[in-house]
Amino acid sequence: MLFNEVKHLVRKEIMLELRMKYALNGILLYVISTVFVCYLSFRSVIQPTTWNSLFWIIMLFASVNAVSKSFMQESRGRQLYMHTLASPQAIILSKIIYNVILMISLSLICFLFYSLFIGNLVQDIPMFILCLLLGSAGFSSVLTLMSAIASRTNGNLTLMAILSFPVQLPLLMTLIRVSKNAIDGLDPSVSYKFLIILFLINVVVATLSYILFPYLCRD
Amino acid sequence: MQKFFNLQLAFGLEWWKILAIALVLYALIGGLIIDVPALPILHETIRNLYYHVTQWFGMMIILFVSLWHSIRYLSNFKMHHDFVAAEAANVGIYMGILGIVTGSVWAKFTWGAWWVSDAKLNGAAITLLIYFAYLILRNSMDEEQKRARVAAVYNIFAFVMLIIFLMVLPRLTDSLHPGNGGNPGFGGYDLDNTMKLVFYPAVIGWTLLGVWLMQVCLRIRTLNHKLLIKQFK
Repeated sequence: MLFNEVKHLVRKEIMLELRMKYALNGILLYVISTVFVCYLSFRSVIQPTTWNSLFWIIMLFASVNAVSKSFMQESRGRQLYMHTLASPQAIILSKIIYNVILMISLSLICFLFYSLFIGNLVQDIPMFILCLLLGSAGFSSVLTLMSAIASRTNGNLTLMAILSFPVQLPLLMTLIRVSKNAIDGLDPSVSYKFLIILFLINVVVATLSYILFPYLCRD
Repeated sequence: MQKFFNLQLAFGLEWWKILAIALVLYALIGGLIIDVPALPILHETIRNLYYHVTQWFGMMIILFVSLWHSIRYLSNFKMHHDFVAAEAANVGIYMGILGIVTGSVWAKFTWGAWWVSDAKLNGAAITLLIYFAYLILRNSMDEEQKRARVAAVYNIFAFVMLIIFLMVLPRLTDSLHPGNGGNPGFGGYDLDNTMKLVFYPAVIGWTLLGVWLMQVCLRIRTLNHKLLIKQFK
């Protein structure tokens, strides 16, 4: 039942996105122009630490911009209509899944353009990609709930940022550490501990969203 | 139970308030004059254990009260729980700021800087940021029921993040802070029995003082709320 609802809702999200294209292309352009701005101001980055932090800062801002729209751009009427059709759990799960897909593709594209312009210093690329996957999954599950919370207020983007930056930080700090290991090409066994932590944070956040979201939509 | 807590001892104060005053005074005075073990680097700064660590303990307990009332609010939607959660978070933030300031002083005299980039310290700062965001979130909504519900959801989320920041992440990385990153905590072998004699009462004292503070703030908030309702009748 739940699985079925989630499947249809995810399909609906993707279809809407592909039909409108404005949001998707908008966020793509946002990422590419941010990378280009960094390229113009930095030219080339030689230091791995700077390379790494710059990349994740771009990702942080891109993720807030990409995910914040998931609840905030939906009209009140459509939200109410969705609640008559599906259970809140299905809605939040479908939003999270959709946002994970969106963020993963976004982060891969960002990585591509970033290495194209600024240069690729990563020695252990599979590990770095794994970081990207876990990171985008984590960012999108944190931000989906934050977007739901921010949409209940008067829906301004500032609130979205101040609510979500601090709660994104445990992910960001762990991600920067693991991806630094990947950039330096350290043995994967050094990073296992952090990968498990990343995975656990993802699970905790997704579970919390699943439990708490139904309370947000009682009106 | 209620009667037990309302039992008044002297000056029209309940017994636990008098206990709070006594214990905090004991911690302040006893903490400064009772002998402490002579340890390298720490020297006399070890006395900060009675203030810094105990205030953080108090903060954790008060924030847990806040979390508990947020959960209670989501289960029965009584405004009272929202008020308690909000005021407990206020007091928790206040104690957190005290803890960060005393910790900063301690860091200056043992590690040589007011602030060092350390998993525990940064975690503490971020935790305060999260709770400041909680306060701003509360202020951004006027509708009472909605504010209570949304704030309760964020509060639960905030507490989980606090656990991750202060309990999980610092233990995994290198940290200067005792009790983290392979360092033993003070409980290990530095804390001798005379120190425990001040430490545990101090924890109870600061916590009770926090509860008292919370109760006063809560009373003000409830009265304001009643006044507001009266105006519209």
